[in-house]
Amino acid sequence: MTASTAPPSAPLLAIRGLSKAFLGVQALDGVDFTLRHGEIHALLGENGAGKSTLIKTLTGVYQRDGGTVALEGREIAPRGVEEAQRLHIGTVYQEVNLLPNLSVAENLFLGRQPMRWGLVDRGAMRRRARAVLQPYGLSIDVTAPLGRFSVATQQIIAIARAVDMSAKVLILDEPTASLDAQEVAVLFKVMRTLRSRGIGIVFVTHFLDQVYEVCDSITVLRNGRLVGERRTAELPRLDLVAMMLGRELEAAAHRIDLGPAEVDSRPPLASFKGFGKARSVEPFDLDIRPGEVVALAGLLGSGRTETVRLVFGMDRADRGEATVDGRTIRLKGPRDAVRLGFGFCPEDRKKEGIVGELSVRENIILALQARQGWLKPIPRRRQEEIADRFIRLLDIRTPDAERPIQLLSGGNQQKALLARWLATEPRLLILDEPTRGIDVGAHAEIIRLIERLCADGMALLVVSSELEEIVAYSRRVVVLRDRRHVAELRGGEVSVERIVAAIASETPHAIASETPATGSGAEVRQ
Amino acid sequence: MTLSAPGPSRNLPQYGALIAVLLANWLLFPDFFAIRLQDGRLFGSLIDVLNRGAPVALLAIGMTMVIATRGVDLSVGAVMAISGAIAATMTGAGWSLPAVLAASLAAGLLCGLWNGLLVAVLRIQPIIATLILMVAGRGIAQLVTEGQIVTFTSPALAFIGSGSFLTVPMPVVLTIVALAVTALLVRATALGLMIEAVGVNRLSSAGAGVNTPVVLVAVYVWCGLCAAVAGLIVTADIRGADANNAGLWLELDAILAVVVGGTSLLGGRFGLVLSVVGALIIQAMNTGILLSGFKPEFNLIVKAGVLLVVLLLQSPTLTLFLPRPKGARPIGTVKPPVAPTSGGAKP
Repeated sequence: MTASTAPPSAPLLAIRGLSKAFLGVQALDGVDFTLRHGEIHALLGENGAGKSTLIKTLTGVYQRDGGTVALEGREIAPRGVEEAQRLHIGTVYQEVNLLPNLSVAENLFLGRQPMRWGLVDRGAMRRRARAVLQPYGLSIDVTAPLGRFSVATQQIIAIARAVDMSAKVLILDEPTASLDAQEVAVLFKVMRTLRSRGIGIVFVTHFLDQVYEVCDSITVLRNGRLVGERRTAELPRLDLVAMMLGRELEAAAHRIDLGPAEVDSRPPLASFKGFGKARSVEPFDLDIRPGEVVALAGLLGSGRTETVRLVFGMDRADRGEATVDGRTIRLKGPRDAVRLGFGFCPEDRKKEGIVGELSVRENIILALQARQGWLKPIPRRRQEEIADRFIRLLDIRTPDAERPIQLLSGGNQQKALLARWLATEPRLLILDEPTRGIDVGAHAEIIRLIERLCADGMALLVVSSELEEIVAYSRRVVVLRDRRHVAELRGGEVSVERIVAAIASETPHAIASETPATGSGAEVRQ
Repeated sequence: MTLSAPGPSRNLPQYGALIAVLLANWLLFPDFFAIRLQDGRLFGSLIDVLNRGAPVALLAIGMTMVIATRGVDLSVGAVMAISGAIAATMTGAGWSLPAVLAASLAAGLLCGLWNGLLVAVLRIQPIIATLILMVAGRGIAQLVTEGQIVTFTSPALAFIGSGSFLTVPMPVVLTIVALAVTALLVRATALGLMIEAVGVNRLSSAGAGVNTPVVLVAVYVWCGLCAAVAGLIVTADIRGADANNAGLWLELDAILAVVVGGTSLLGGRFGLVLSVVGALIIQAMNTGILLSGFKPEFNLIVKAGVLLVVLLLQSPTLTLFLPRPKGARPIGTVKPPVAPTSGGAKP
């Protein structure tokens, strides 16, 4: 831990050795975190790092198993959000946790309305609401329903409410995730004002640029453990990314040399030009050729998932164009993508992938049946053949094909979803985190499968947080940062170090050649 | 995918309850199972149960598929009133039977289309979307009858309510035909699979390329058609249309029949035959209480008691102690309700 600007007394918030387990899974393991008066402190980490557990322990949603939490030197253990508020800890979430149908003033004073003769004094409430919002530069109609204002305004109102309830510690959980650049600037101005008033702000975000713009200190968690705390000014981006991803960059990671990328003059199977969606992912260009594996790498929230959702039509792009086989196509929804021979295994298997109550067989044939239309049912015998073939081929562990898919383990559900798309003989298969939450054995099988599929001429677009995995099977890696495609690595350039460097690059720096033949140099897009 | 729900033990509560109610009727009324042939038509208490139960059974057939998509159609009673009002009014005005039937069925189809579009395209919650027509439908029916109770004398239309085919009363024949056609439609095509898939997980189904809006519209249209047929039967039976009372509260009986039949309100697996069995259980109780000479007030309480028992038999807590077939989800398991999906109606 680096020495901070010496606080007058105890730090504002001192967390020491915090631990929390859920059903035997250690979500937080002896984590320290220190927040000083008048400091904006970034709390960073990838999936499963323990950020949200830390915040929820702090705000009383969870009770800690071990460790101490001291606010200005006094030990606290809030047992609920309200108690946390009384202890001067306020939280504002990405999804504003206020009531959109109530007025701004009512939201500001909910549960603590100014009263007169046993009734809510609406006049006083309005006056005070205007006064509370004034320092934030918000002169809005406080009687209008909150839902009528933009998310950014709602967030500032939520902050104003938290601060007005005498917050000393303000936790902002991904407040900028759905804001545009100007709104972020306004929010940062508010944050700096609060900092100058001595409030300590915990800032959770996935945007590295924002961390470097507004934060004084950074604490990085990984897999429930503290990786370290640094002053922002003393931490180069590359080191930060390495801390988050858990890479020892000094040690030369073993690198699989795939040799120079072959000249790929074949026409792309699918091509996306200036494809993008406001507030989701910046416009990008992407070509995918038959038999090739293109990987999307980047930190959590960098726009990887958003990109593949646009490609499959799960979300609708609002700019750019897509062509398949040289013809312009419309991607209004997944049905269009399925008709074009695309398949998509989403990140959230349970919510968007499996149809839990239906059998493995029905889950496997669903996409094929949907493409054929309801009037041409696949005969039961044929369904059983398809299901049994893929259960054998992918080694799906299930007593029989009639078992409801929800009773299978995560890895086997994932393989059944793969089977669903393989049954349609797709030309482009999109896999979003295909190995997440899957045990080691199934993990290796899925990797082998990916290699086999690509050898068979199918194009693959893979999102993964596992950089070694990406390096092992991809010939081309698109690197994303802050919702932008920032670099493309090809052939021999594909390595963990290069990917990490590209993620950390501050201003995208173009390195030479655009020619894929040489296979050297990163193509940079901006 | 079988015609009814899978596994014999899952069907046990429904068939058991039906048999128990019928036996209870027989104890109260020894002639209950007596059936006689008279003027080329079967008569008897058992036939009466089937005959009287036909409208709710028809509603339950349509409702089953709506509920399987995790929806509900509250408007079926009102649609019955509309279809009956149109049939009676047009017959009174001298239209031929085919024209009358076509107009009534078309009205049911349009009502279903309206519900389906609200649910599938505007993404209004089904209970609210169909509530609109539940309220408005009766008004429409009253407009058609101009607020009067319209009677008619046409024997052709009356035949649907009180005639018989091969000694079987027409309402029973129509219900059997509707059941057979519906079963064929959903099980001989892939529609049944898609209905179940949409009901279990609409997002996943859409992601797999299922045309979810079309599936949803289809089930509401079919439900509207079934309700129109039920409305025709009731009107034909009483030879008149009462826009205020035709089909009143029958939507609740239909939902009850479906639930008693074991189709979960949370969507997914459905059994058409079991829903009809559910409708028959309800009707057998109604008939039994009437025959027993108890005051009709008892009807509702006894009905509630029997239904409670049937539902308890299917409850997850109780079935923990019973062998349960794979895949059968007992009703009553509470999943969080579907998040309100406002159809892009932003302030």
